Amino acid sequence: MNVWIAIGVTASACYLVKLAGLLVPAGALERPLVQRLAALLPVALLAALTAQQTFSAGDALVLDARAAGLAAAAIALVLRAPFLVVVAAAVAVTAGVRALGG
Amino acid sequence: MKSDSAVVRDALGVGVAVGLSGFAFGVTAAGAGLDVLQICALSLLVFTGASQFALVGALAAGGNPFTAAAGAFFLGTRNAFYGLRLSQLLAVRRAVRPFAAHWVIDETTAVALAQPTRRAARVGFTVTGLTLYVLWNLTTLLGALGAEAIGDTNAWGLDAAGPAVFLALLAPMLRTTTERVVAGIAVVLGLGLLPVLPAGVPVLVAALAAPAVLWWQGRTIGNKRKGVGR
Repeated sequence: MNVWIAIGVTASACYLVKLAGLLVPAGALERPLVQRLAALLPVALLAALTAQQTFSAGDALVLDARAAGLAAAAIALVLRAPFLVVVAAAVAVTAGVRALGG
Repeated sequence: MKSDSAVVRDALGVGVAVGLSGFAFGVTAAGAGLDVLQICALSLLVFTGASQFALVGALAAGGNPFTAAAGAFFLGTRNAFYGLRLSQLLAVRRAVRPFAAHWVIDETTAVALAQPTRRAARVGFTVTGLTLYVLWNLTTLLGALGAEAIGDTNAWGLDAAGPAVFLALLAPMLRTTTERVVAGIAVVLGLGLLPVLPAGVPVLVAALAAPAVLWWQGRTIGNKRKGVGR
């Protein structure tokens, strides 16, 4: 049930925020400070999520094969690899390290 | 002038590349313990990838549904700013807006903004939106079903797909020192608070790195103007 609540709330909230962008008058969100915050908010969230989903198990911090996978993704990004290759590199290296007992 | 077929080719390319990562989402969500119906409902109704990955990650970590949804929502707020640019660029008719809104995401915006004319932008938005929506949902279903078939998803390294997707979205945003400082503080807060706060909350606290850095920058600039800068 909890999962359905989360799905319902997320779906409605995410839809309304998309619609709001198309409906509000152009001036409302065009203030420089609001624009800056809107650009920086995803940076903070994505950075925190990347770190957490790489280095945590439940509420404990861990260092495991995922760290190697993320390093592979980072290298792929530096080499300007396409999106799919970046994700595939992370998955393949993580699986490889685990297979070797890491 | 760019031909319609060239725009369609661009749009299809983006659509196919990103739509396929729906497979990774389906598998990740299944690994997080959601059932096939729940996973497909997310891709059909939420349809903004980063928010979906964030939500299933938070639920897997044992977060309550509202903190989990809050993290997903904050990630989705950027779509409002995309919508703002698109409503001017595409001049969407009022009656069509509630339908177009569902497709206002990173990729459709990127393709539409890259087009030289309004007509090309409209074609780009529509074709990318349609391609992504169909492929994202199909591959989500395949991933969700496939996860059950392949058993232990972690043995295949699929738990690394989520963070890799986040990193791939984050990397092009780290243009200046400001973005890098925000990302650095967010990482420290996100990891540092993980053992002490309830699941899902550390990410929301980490998001405060954005307004904090803006406030600090504003104060520094303000002080310099007053001649008391450090």
